[in-house]
Amino acid sequence: MSQSPQSNGGVGVEVRGLRKSFSGQSVLKGINLSIKPGEILVVMGASGSGKTVLLKHIIGLEEPDAGEILIAGEPISCANVFEKYRFGMVFQSGALLNSMTVAENVGLYLTEHRLGNPAEIARRVKETLSLVDLHNIEGKYPAELSGGMKKRVAIARALIIEPQIMLYDEPTSELDPLSAVTISEEILSLNQRTHVTSVVVTHDRDLAFGVADRIAIIDRGEVLLVGTPEEIRQSANDVIKNFINADFRKDRK
Amino acid sequence: MFQNIGEMLRLLWRTIKLLPDAWSQRRKVFEQLFEIGNASLLMACILSIFIGGVIALQTGPVLRERGLVAVLGGLVGLSMAKELGPVMMSVLIAGRIGSAMAAEIGSMAAYQEIDALRTMNINPVRFLVLPRVLAICIALPMLVMFSILVGWIGGAMVSSMNHDISVSFESYMNNLRQVVELRDVMNGLFKSLVFAGVIGVVSCHQGLNTIGGPRGIGRSVTKAVVNSIVLILILDYFLTRFLMIFDK
Repeated sequence: MSQSPQSNGGVGVEVRGLRKSFSGQSVLKGINLSIKPGEILVVMGASGSGKTVLLKHIIGLEEPDAGEILIAGEPISCANVFEKYRFGMVFQSGALLNSMTVAENVGLYLTEHRLGNPAEIARRVKETLSLVDLHNIEGKYPAELSGGMKKRVAIARALIIEPQIMLYDEPTSELDPLSAVTISEEILSLNQRTHVTSVVVTHDRDLAFGVADRIAIIDRGEVLLVGTPEEIRQSANDVIKNFINADFRKDRK
Repeated sequence: MFQNIGEMLRLLWRTIKLLPDAWSQRRKVFEQLFEIGNASLLMACILSIFIGGVIALQTGPVLRERGLVAVLGGLVGLSMAKELGPVMMSVLIAGRIGSAMAAEIGSMAAYQEIDALRTMNINPVRFLVLPRVLAICIALPMLVMFSILVGWIGGAMVSSMNHDISVSFESYMNNLRQVVELRDVMNGLFKSLVFAGVIGVVSCHQGLNTIGGPRGIGRSVTKAVVNSIVLILILDYFLTRFLMIFDK
């Protein structure tokens, strides 16, 4: 690994009474969560339980029907929150700009915010790509990359922002087990290097129990339990037990 | 419908407010200009030569019967400059470029690329809409100018080669020069500038509001083209009425 990106450390996130409906269907029903600065919080839950919608609220892509999100105590609706704090998000699909090369994608934040001359941006892109173990792919287009490489480029693109809050939406979905382990290691090492506050939405139990400081289980738009991985394992709640112990065996009766 | 128009006007206003940032987007503006020119120049040439030709073909014999064939150059000249050049080119560009804009931005919206821009605190209007609207507002008047000139030549070729018309190239051009004034051409260019804004804003608005996958993108493209053409034809009437004030 080469030089790590600088960071001012993570900031706290507070979710208070968050409610959201789409076409009359209630997706979030009064979510309350407190995420400490520098913590890795993993949000788990069945498909359609509202995890991604929660993530989109935390980064301001959705407006709540009721409730609020506070970033270091300031409502996210304040105009200057996105100027004051740096956010990074790794989308489930990667969401790389397909018309741009890897280097242009990773350097986009720096280019658009004019944070350096082209040579300096190229150097930082190379460095950041090497942090996620990607080398000599600057000139490639997203369509030429494998799923795992796309995810790592997406992490590099978020990493170059030197985020204080990092959000991951299903970072290991569609990946083989080895790539999933690499991504999990990236999430952990980034958190250890920069103390970024991380929120990880996932179904992947290995990832969740491997990286989480705390896990929040969401079911049908409500938080069932927030606790350390050990507390979640020992929970007596049937929904949680079923979710974390779900297994399939061909010969099971 | 009215909500859409309101949203489009808001998008137009947000784009105008970002004009001071245009220099920082110059690379994208040039890319778009190249794209528009590359995609439309040949089609514009073919379309214009035949439009000019067909006006001459339709009106020439009728004018000759009435002994008015000498005014054919002026008739084709005015038609191309004030109406057919700007309207036909705008319809062509709405179909060729507006659809591409809606599809590209729509696909970015459908695959969360626009959300990714927002998370990087990059304004999608400055990044995507401004360069496209600016490029089309520069390119369309230039294409219309080209179309008018080619249309005049198309008319001249048909007038001189068709035996039922038989107007020489020189007398056609002389009449055209006597009748068509600079302000007539400016009139057409002004219309094309307004139409360019309509195509750019309508197409980008449809693209940004794409929901769903490929079907959503398809819907946005269709709406972008249809709405642009309908608005161009409606605005054409009102712009013509407005510009007639300056003809008096």
